Amino acid sequence: MMTTLTAATRAKVLQRQGAAVALVLMVAVSWLVFPRFGSLDNVRDLALQGSFLAVIALGMTFVIITGGIDLSVGSLYALGGVLAAWGSQHGFLVALTLPLLVCGAIGLINGLLIARTNMAPFIVTLASLLFARGLLLAITDEGANTYQIAPDSAFVELGRGTVAGFGYPIFIAVALCVLGGALLNRTGFGQNVFATGGAEQSAILMGVPVARTKITVYTMSGTLAGLAGALTAAYLQSGVTVIGVGTELDAIAVVVIGGTLLTGGMGTVLGTVIGVGLIKVIQNVINQIGTLDSNYQSVVSGVFLLVVVVLQRILRR
Amino acid sequence: MPTDPVIEVRNVTKTFAGVRALDDVDFTLNRGEIHALVGENGAGKSTLIKVLTGIHSPDVGRISRNGRISTIYQEVNLVPLMSVAANLFLGREPRNRFGLIDRVRRDAEAAELLTSYGITADVRSPLGTLAVGEQQMVALARAVAADAEVVIMDEPTSSLEPREVETLLEVVHKLHEAGIAIIYVSHRMDELYRICDTVTVLRDGRNVHNGPLKELPRIELVSLMLGRSVNEIQKHGTTAFGEDHHADAQPVLEALDLTSKPRINGINVAIRPGEVVGLAGLLGSGRTETAKAIIGALPLDRGTVLVAGKPVPHNVKAATKAGISMLAEDRKTEGIIPNLSVRENIVLAALPRLSRFGVTSRIRQDRIVDTFVKRLRIKVSSPEQKVAELSGGNQQKVLLARWLCTEPRILLLDEPTRGIDVGAKAEVQALIDELAREGLAVLLISSELDELLDGADRLVVLRDGEVAGELEEAQLTREHVLTAIAAEVMDDADSH
Repeated sequence: MMTTLTAATRAKVLQRQGAAVALVLMVAVSWLVFPRFGSLDNVRDLALQGSFLAVIALGMTFVIITGGIDLSVGSLYALGGVLAAWGSQHGFLVALTLPLLVCGAIGLINGLLIARTNMAPFIVTLASLLFARGLLLAITDEGANTYQIAPDSAFVELGRGTVAGFGYPIFIAVALCVLGGALLNRTGFGQNVFATGGAEQSAILMGVPVARTKITVYTMSGTLAGLAGALTAAYLQSGVTVIGVGTELDAIAVVVIGGTLLTGGMGTVLGTVIGVGLIKVIQNVINQIGTLDSNYQSVVSGVFLLVVVVLQRILRR
Repeated sequence: MPTDPVIEVRNVTKTFAGVRALDDVDFTLNRGEIHALVGENGAGKSTLIKVLTGIHSPDVGRISRNGRISTIYQEVNLVPLMSVAANLFLGREPRNRFGLIDRVRRDAEAAELLTSYGITADVRSPLGTLAVGEQQMVALARAVAADAEVVIMDEPTSSLEPREVETLLEVVHKLHEAGIAIIYVSHRMDELYRICDTVTVLRDGRNVHNGPLKELPRIELVSLMLGRSVNEIQKHGTTAFGEDHHADAQPVLEALDLTSKPRINGINVAIRPGEVVGLAGLLGSGRTETAKAIIGALPLDRGTVLVAGKPVPHNVKAATKAGISMLAEDRKTEGIIPNLSVRENIVLAALPRLSRFGVTSRIRQDRIVDTFVKRLRIKVSSPEQKVAELSGGNQQKVLLARWLCTEPRILLLDEPTRGIDVGAKAEVQALIDELAREGLAVLLISSELDELLDGADRLVVLRDGEVAGELEEAQLTREHVLTAIAAEVMDDADSH
């Protein structure tokens, strides 16, 4: 790795600021064009919608910075929701911890397989995607059996409770992202994450516990996906089985739009949060337009992602 | 010098897949000395380093270490995307009272540390934005800051500019003064004689010489490093090369002023049809790079390659089209595709010519493969046998066949007999001879001096990326070549 990286530095600045600039522009224009966009209700709704994805994408950010990928999070997200809904009949604690433990365990297995046997993250997590989705369908009679959460339970409060109209999940997501940012930038573990993704062989020679780092990030990613599922279930008051299909791709998209290098070694939590904001604002605006088919959300997100990745490529030269 | 060993290795043997990489090696590193570790490729230096640092454990033997060891590798083993300061302190960052990394302090300490190494770059910028020499210096600073008592440097200057080398050597000197013991691996005679106190020469996994470096004339050191071929070939008689194949024709290949800094600098080579020109020089002298530059696989700062007087665009496709083929040094990574059959491996390069509208004629393939299997005497059970199942010598012949069936006019052979047994070696050598007699122009790279002396009509000797001398047929003797490689024979002769 003898190349000089001035181009990459430029790319870094441009990518991160690029997403931020795009977000600011989108927000400003939407505010002017759609009177309802800036309304407190809409902002609250936007933030709430974004918070679930942000929790998943936070874990994905760590995974991608180590140079990996986690395709299992969409399925784990759905599985977490169902487990939380099922667990809610045994009380708040079970409803919250069961999805975290199960999804965390699946993440741990992902990490162990990837770090210890050197299997490709793509394959391992693709297997868990199928595994978790299958498990989910099995425990819900192929989705026919939707577990409901009692509306007056404390667990529902976790998803629906508000402070000044802003839902609890928003605060949870913000708190986790702040913690995640500190973890990434201010701890030895965070440095190991960057080193692992930046130059794995060098990292090993520098004494970085590469295997342990990988295992940790996949466990984190699985746990966070499970938590996002639990929060969603609490919000929806039931374990909806059909959610989370393709969510792993949304998570990857927002992480990359946020300036994290898909090849690893560079990235920020703030960028991911901005990426989430951008995607959610685009969705929101398309909903505001009303006449536009909601499928155009994906079209716009896709184009945006492509632009970012092409920029990464060009600016790295 | 009082003996106070920080590292002691006794009777260490290490075997990989039946090959003895280290054979009963003794090695002692005393506190505060700069110890040169030299040997040709495959002599066991890397294995010894890995045994010293504990990456490999020896099969037999004893190692005692009385100090922290840090290793600096030829390639900078740091993380280019992370900041300079983060690289310096990775794993031992200064913390604030909450246990979080104190970035302000880290950056300040990093800047202070690097200033003492003569680096003024912004420590917050990614390491990759620094010049390679500066990166190497950061690696060095990291190693030393980790309170190492032993620093192992594996070819630290091989990719540095001369100016950067100076700075590095100054730093090495500083470390020496601070009482740190250094193992210095390099092929550059000038550097070795400038900074090293003692030398250990490895050859074929054995320790063939130990002692003070200054008392050892350069030419003897070179001879100790290369010596293997003398004994081996004497045992087996001469090599299988026949005598001179000559032609007074115009050169079919002319390489002019090939320069790709810092590897090669202003190299000129010309080969006539039917001529075998040898490239001699120590490892790292630019032999492989020269061949790669000729075939267009090495980006050039300047230089031209002419085939039959016409300039060839600098890319592999154009070079191949102009009739240049190269047999790469490392069969495994740069040539053979082990899971394909002998037939598939042979026709690979010729496929475009054997195809019509993208469809290849199996009959023509079989005919060509059959011809070459016979002509090169490749021992296979059938052309459909997997190449992986063949011996090294036969694999090499398969590769040779692959390039021959593209009907080249110029053949670049990089260590064509490395790693194959003596009998097969002789066959490959005879084959090279035969091909030259048929009019091919051959560039032969070899670390074995006798192979060059016997096989080549003319020798170009490289040293540190430059042509150190050209030897015509009459001058092809060991002494002349060693003199050219060692360069300073006159000084030695004067002082002895």
